[in-house]
Amino acid sequence: MAKVLMKGNEAIGAAAIKAGCKYFFGYPITPQNELPEFMSRELPKIGGAFVQAESEVAAINMIYGGAGTGARVMTSSSSPGIALKQEGISYIAGAELPCVIVNISRGGPGLGGIQPSQADYFMSTRGGGNGDYRHLCYAPATLQEAVDLTIEAFDVADQYRTPVIVIGDGMIGQMMEPVEFNEPTKRNLPEKTWATTGTEGKRKPNIINSLALDPAELEKHNIKLDNKYKEIEANETRYEMYKTEDAEIVFVAYGTTSRIVKNTIEALRAEGIKAGLIRPITLWPFPNKAFTEIPAAKALLTVEMSMGQMIDDVKIANEGRLPIHFYGRSGGMIPSPEEIGNKAKEVLGGVK
Amino acid sequence: MLNDNRIRIIIGHYGSGKTEFSVNYAIKLAEESKRNVALADLDVINPYFRSREKWELLETYNINVLSSYVKGSGSDLPSVSADVLAPLQNSDYNVVLDVGGDSAGARTLARYTEYFVEGEYDMFCVVNANRPETQTLEGVLEHIAAIERTTKTKVTGLINNTHLLRFTTIEDILKGQELCKEVSRVLNIPIKYTSIIHTLMAEVPDNIEGTVLPIKMIMREDWM
Repeated sequence: MAKVLMKGNEAIGAAAIKAGCKYFFGYPITPQNELPEFMSRELPKIGGAFVQAESEVAAINMIYGGAGTGARVMTSSSSPGIALKQEGISYIAGAELPCVIVNISRGGPGLGGIQPSQADYFMSTRGGGNGDYRHLCYAPATLQEAVDLTIEAFDVADQYRTPVIVIGDGMIGQMMEPVEFNEPTKRNLPEKTWATTGTEGKRKPNIINSLALDPAELEKHNIKLDNKYKEIEANETRYEMYKTEDAEIVFVAYGTTSRIVKNTIEALRAEGIKAGLIRPITLWPFPNKAFTEIPAAKALLTVEMSMGQMIDDVKIANEGRLPIHFYGRSGGMIPSPEEIGNKAKEVLGGVK
Repeated sequence: MLNDNRIRIIIGHYGSGKTEFSVNYAIKLAEESKRNVALADLDVINPYFRSREKWELLETYNINVLSSYVKGSGSDLPSVSADVLAPLQNSDYNVVLDVGGDSAGARTLARYTEYFVEGEYDMFCVVNANRPETQTLEGVLEHIAAIERTTKTKVTGLINNTHLLRFTTIEDILKGQELCKEVSRVLNIPIKYTSIIHTLMAEVPDNIEGTVLPIKMIMREDWM
């Protein structure tokens, strides 16, 4: 298929439909509005349905219901709207239902602004709602990757019966790039024997629930979930190593920021400074292993569009081996390749 | 470019490249024209990549940039400044109206239809044949019809802006040209411009329709 030029939000919507998403429930918020707009136009054409809910809380609970029937469902929002959805996401994780949730994030806290930000890292990787749960979180850096990961997210959600987050800062949602729609690698997906599709009097009713009042039973459920998360950590962690073989300064950045850092790396290398990048593609599970694959590194420099959130995971992964530095812009400000480069030089000046 | 009518309205599908065209066109116009140039950003559809973001650069070319009452890029309020009326009423001005995408974005124009008198205005439709919605003749025609209905104003020219950003090839441009030629035949309006990314200028063939406008990607940072 020939490449077409799409806006990130549209491309994610088109990818979801390609993946078999039939139902979308959402509530408008900038900078992700083109996504629900696209779904409202396209889903009826394939016999699906788009519902604009009365709120984010309603939308995520519609996802809970829709996912319970075994249908492929998706919702999207931006930072404050995703914050509102956290209760529902916790219920969905507890009830072990598959769904895809897209966060095209903006500056915060509170209502914040509408310009791009990566300040939802904690919310996306720590389990933003209550209880012991995790969910896979993909962070694409290009629109092609956003398309590929969105398609795959539906399979991964079904395979592990878990909500999957696709997070892109506002820039990923709003920018345009050429994309094509490819078939994902086939996964062996289990049949959805748990779905509430009607018993026809032939079996016991399936019950979808996140309430377990017996503590022993709930602990058993938590252990089961934890085993599932360990399996996801083992099988689904993904990252890119960019020019790290000989890199003395290794950047850690994801999403839009990683694109800017790649420009910085080219500029630094042109000056003879060996720089490389670890780019987490899954924010959870975090690619701890990548930090054992940087033989020449003298220092790490984490770059985020936040005041410093992923840096906590970098510290865990680094296990005290290398000095860790940080450069961040927030509130919707985007760092330039030059300012990141200057920070790298400052760091290298101090490395003995 | 100087022969275009005084008020130039740039419309098209969202993501077709209206803003990049408008900004490049306005700069060229400011360089060539002795009259004042105003660029009015009427985009109430997009929160990012609006021409108002580049006001500092545009002012270095003495272009008067008009947009919202709300300064900066931090707002998605659909508010358009009344200042837009000034260059529409002042015949000393060349005006470029950079309109938001689709017929929804073109709604802002309905406010100004009294100024869109034949011979006084041009309304150029930007076509990118690599956008899914405007890959076919039917798609483009539907689009133009919807915008004309909303604005009660006729499109007077086409702009072939078929591209894939830095990955654009001459084949892309020629593919877009074929589509624009079909639209041109059906609606009996000329192809006024073909925009070509400046890196391809050395390879431009002779059979390009309309004036070639070399495009520098002003709205897009190097890392994009």
